Amino acid sequence: MKPAKFDYHAPAALEAAIALLQDYKGEARLLAGGQSLLPMMNFRLVEPAALIDLNRIPSLAYIRAEDGVVRLGAMTRHRAVEFSPLVAERLPLLAEVVALIAHLPIRSRGTIGGSLALADPAAELPMLLQALEGEVVARGPKGERVIKAAGLFEGLMTTSLAADEILSEVRFPVPSAGAGCAVEEFARRRGDFALAAVTVVLDRDGERCRKARLATAGVGPVSIRLTGAEAILERGGLSDDVIDEAAAKAADEVLPQTDLHGTADYRRHLTRVLTARALRRARTVH
Amino acid sequence: MSEPVTIRLNVNGARYEGRCEPRKLLVDFLREDLGLTGTHVGCEHGVCGACTIHFNGESARSCIMLAVQADGADLHTIEGLATNGVFHPLQQAFHEHHGLQCGFCTPGMLMVALDFLRINPRPTEAQIREAISAVLCRCTGYRDIVRSIAAAAETMRDNSAGAPR
Repeated sequence: MKPAKFDYHAPAALEAAIALLQDYKGEARLLAGGQSLLPMMNFRLVEPAALIDLNRIPSLAYIRAEDGVVRLGAMTRHRAVEFSPLVAERLPLLAEVVALIAHLPIRSRGTIGGSLALADPAAELPMLLQALEGEVVARGPKGERVIKAAGLFEGLMTTSLAADEILSEVRFPVPSAGAGCAVEEFARRRGDFALAAVTVVLDRDGERCRKARLATAGVGPVSIRLTGAEAILERGGLSDDVIDEAAAKAADEVLPQTDLHGTADYRRHLTRVLTARALRRARTVH
Repeated sequence: MSEPVTIRLNVNGARYEGRCEPRKLLVDFLREDLGLTGTHVGCEHGVCGACTIHFNGESARSCIMLAVQADGADLHTIEGLATNGVFHPLQQAFHEHHGLQCGFCTPGMLMVALDFLRINPRPTEAQIREAISAVLCRCTGYRDIVRSIAAAAETMRDNSAGAPR
């Protein structure tokens, strides 16, 4: 199908985009990469009164690394992150996670900020933002505010961004030197939506685990932190037995749905297996 | 607003201009307004990959982009692959290795494969299969498509010797 009629605006500055959002009082949608929005508009699941195209605001696309934080402009394309030498050097986990997103032609267009603002339950970036305890910057009529990962994702495709706010920057803290990171994902075909995915960030001291951060994708209405599994690891360390116990806990913590692609039980099983795999990798890799 | 807009762009090195509503999809603009019907419309929701083109040098799906987004852009489509009637090595390889049956997905397969081989000129079979997972072939002729792309990679490496096209 084809999209229904809409007003089209392509402002050259973020302030103008915010003003347009206010003018349309919640009836406009922001066009970032469009890789989820355009399909929804083609199906007429979404019929916005207006599209505010952010693609003509060049200042929204950048990759910087300073003070232990990788900062990405919201309109930075997945592809730019995937092949960024700076990301490869400072935060290779980010490049690894981004390479799991859909297919190359989708990554050419899809944006980091768009994925986080949409909060699709199977999306990888909400998972990574939570595992790294990152944050986003939201710009609105009253200026800007910082939203931590824990306060951003509220439910199925729902965030705490206000209707007149635009996600402008994403900040991923770089884990301490010697931290172990790993991502494990299962999809029926590479590039398809994840049936289950787990990202692990471990601050280790030999077999001890000073801090564990685990987050999911695809196994519930929204990406969550696996705080029960984290507590087991921080208390018990990183032996095989403790990892298996944490993985079993992880499977209990998620709230997967049964759908065409897999049952809830299958997704729980995947959560346990992927959590154990990711933990064993993170225990040994740098 | 929702009134027709003028779009000026380059496609395969030639300048074009057209007018359309903002809601017009890029693939429909290419086919209906510019007469470039080599790019195919399949699923219209970014899943099948038949409509893949190169947008400012990168493969992208033209059914989930708006024509208005291409104003000022540099596009390449299947029509631009051959040079003076001579097949591009990818086209030649698809011809020789039976890389197409019905041909519907072929424009997308070729444009994805070209982008992929520029990034990875020496792919393994597994990497080729992963790359073309971006395009659905309903003839299920994947085996010969993989062979075609592997053969093209070799030819393109031999041809390039410092001058990649």
